[in-house]
Amino acid sequence: MLEARQISKRFPGVVALDGVSLALFPGEVHALVGENGAGKSTLIKVFTGVHRPDGGELIYNGSPVAFGTPLDAQRAGISTIYQEVNLVPMMSVARNLMLGREPRGRLGVIDTAAMYREAERILAGYGVVTDVRRPLRTLGMGVQQMVALARAVAIDARVVIMDEPTSSLEPREVETLFSVIGKLKDDGIAVVYVSHRLDELYEVCDRVTVLRDGRVAHTGPLAGLERLKLISLMLGRDLDEVKSGGLTRFSRDRRRARERDGAPPAVRAEGLTRRQVLRGVDVSVWPGEVVGLGGLLGAGRSETAKAIVGALPLDAGRVLVAGLPLRTGSTTAAVRAGVALLPEDRKAEGIIPELSVRENIALAALPSLSRAGVVSDAKIDKVVEVFMRRLRIKAASPHQPVQELSGGNQQKVLLARWLAIRPKILLLDEPTRGIDVGAKAEVQALVDELAEEGLGVLLISSDLEELVEGADRILVLREGAVVGELSGDDVTEDKIMASIAERGAESDG
Amino acid sequence: MTGSPGREQVSRVLQQHGALMVLAALVIAGSLAFDFFATAGNAASILVSSSFTAIIAIGMTFVIISGGIDLSVGSLFVFGGVLAAYGSQYGLFVALALPLAACGLVGLLQGLLIARTGMAPFIVTLAGLLGVRGLMLAISDEGATTYLVKDSAFARLGQGGVFGLTWPVYITAILAVAAMVLLQRTAFGQNVYAVGGNEQGAALMGVPVARTKVYVYLMSGLLAGLAGVLNAARLSSGVTILGIGLELDVIAAVVIGGTLLTGGAGGITGTIAGVLLLGVIQSLINQVGNLTSAFQQVVSGLFLALVVVAQRLLGRAQRLG
Repeated sequence: MLEARQISKRFPGVVALDGVSLALFPGEVHALVGENGAGKSTLIKVFTGVHRPDGGELIYNGSPVAFGTPLDAQRAGISTIYQEVNLVPMMSVARNLMLGREPRGRLGVIDTAAMYREAERILAGYGVVTDVRRPLRTLGMGVQQMVALARAVAIDARVVIMDEPTSSLEPREVETLFSVIGKLKDDGIAVVYVSHRLDELYEVCDRVTVLRDGRVAHTGPLAGLERLKLISLMLGRDLDEVKSGGLTRFSRDRRRARERDGAPPAVRAEGLTRRQVLRGVDVSVWPGEVVGLGGLLGAGRSETAKAIVGALPLDAGRVLVAGLPLRTGSTTAAVRAGVALLPEDRKAEGIIPELSVRENIALAALPSLSRAGVVSDAKIDKVVEVFMRRLRIKAASPHQPVQELSGGNQQKVLLARWLAIRPKILLLDEPTRGIDVGAKAEVQALVDELAEEGLGVLLISSDLEELVEGADRILVLREGAVVGELSGDDVTEDKIMASIAERGAESDG
Repeated sequence: MTGSPGREQVSRVLQQHGALMVLAALVIAGSLAFDFFATAGNAASILVSSSFTAIIAIGMTFVIISGGIDLSVGSLFVFGGVLAAYGSQYGLFVALALPLAACGLVGLLQGLLIARTGMAPFIVTLAGLLGVRGLMLAISDEGATTYLVKDSAFARLGQGGVFGLTWPVYITAILAVAAMVLLQRTAFGQNVYAVGGNEQGAALMGVPVARTKVYVYLMSGLLAGLAGVLNAARLSSGVTILGIGLELDVIAAVVIGGTLLTGGAGGITGTIAGVLLLGVIQSLINQVGNLTSAFQQVVSGLFLALVVVAQRLLGRAQRLG
């Protein structure tokens, strides 16, 4: 029905898709999986007309097509439900549902009564009974998602693409969604289903395509594909290699488990809870320890780190630094207490590209480098010099703008910024993503060194190897909860994968 | 959903009709307290003087709901007035067509710049504010030349009327009703709400975002020009010193009327109530002998601040509800 043939898409500096082929058949639910950066979203955007492919072609109903805009794709019958609901929250449910095809009465004026009736009728088919005149935002996320789905299907869709449709749904709503998907199947509509929740994939999908680094790593029927095998395909670790690797790995010199000799952990998070994101996560990191957070994308790893620094509003839970509770929801309090987060997206959330290396490093530490609000240049120079040497930051001078540095050096500048406030605990979210191999090794060595000196480190990485080599202890997250803890000799790639793959019995409720 | 739907509904009604309620309360209080207030003459004078602001505010409501702002309306108002007075020497048609064409063109250009190049509405219309006032000064010899209205039919448009109200009041009423229908009951109106409520989402839902924005600024320019035209007819001359800071009064009235400055919500009823509210405040202060008209601005400012705080609280209540 819809087929991608050898689609390629390049962005400046990256090849997002490299000869990807994928065929969709009527009445099938096709799972599209892959880690961050694998090319899933780019492929979806090619299907929906947001991006134009640089190479290859799209075949739709037997003939080649090129969609210029999302509207073109929609008119052709390809509709998409995005991860975040892309409706207008302040407009009423009915107006959102019917926008663009409102029933007209006399004089071409919208017939509101007919619009409300029609909206109610459509929504009833999705098990949604609500006052359609209410603003959309007053409804729960799940209902909003249903409205988006109803809208997508109502415009005579032949292909429906769902990008993480369940990420904001309650279990009951997920069931409704699945029954709707069942109906779509019966009507001969093809569904592309993107999700990281393996249980869901196995429940609703017929076939699966695994993307990795912009290429198709695997495509085929989902039934009969082992979970462990699927994960290894996604993560790009060969199954056999992983299995044997766990046995032959030289017994590493794990740092003495600084067992809880009365000293409080550098940071202890208890019961971090946020609707749809975190379900009671407990994490403790002792000084001198590197704790890894494992899990697939969307499992709640970054959210855990953000919750600890107070950047994610919590429904429940608390964070203690060196035994003292932290005011929740305040990043200022967290930084003051010595918690530093190196965020995942360093471009958007970290460096200030136009400022110099020196200014970027000094930023967070300014309060401690100034007296009565006046910043001491001499003190800054000293701190900057120390860290540039210590972290081996390669820059022409401290005054070079950070944007001119390589990714690895930018990351080190960020690291220096946080080390300058003398943190007790360092949260690293994908510290080596997007930086070259040499810089990667340096950053990893640095993390080791810092931990040796007594810093507590929480390491988040999708790179299993990095996690296994860097961490003393690993907590595995799945769907916002800690589902496994590995320490000592258990810290191996296959154990982590097995833990991720375990059937989420407690989440099926 | 944890909160009671009742509370959420109350806050929504307050958001949409708060200005109307305050207006009603103020009118009742004013009538009880002052004899002069509840007279037909006073009511007519409030309506007449409010009508010009109201016409501009109708256009501004569309702009603000679409998530934009139009700072050029004060300048377009005076530009339209001067052009109308100048054009009246060639008869009624020119007196109407010339200013509307010129102001519509400015609005169209602004809309195109905002919609097609993605420039910030604030900057584009600030440029419009400065540029149009400059144009007006250029055609009036630095403001020294005041064109007088030569065409009596045109003058009657601003001064004549029935039942004690002048034509501009009726024109405003018709425009307000038309705008309500346009906003609530046509695809264009829905698109305006969608663009202001979630521009990216609207684009993905197939709304012609750019075209909607262009129309909105075109409309605002036209209405500002029309208000200027009617005002010139009323004064029988193209007074060049008008309209300075008028855009801010208009924005204040729209916001007081419950339209969110962030876009996506609001309505014409609220805007009309907001304009009348400011008019009533002015009338009261003018006539309470010992207060100077400067106080009107102080009161308007305080009131605006109050409304914004209230909107924020109401918005929070709705989200929690």
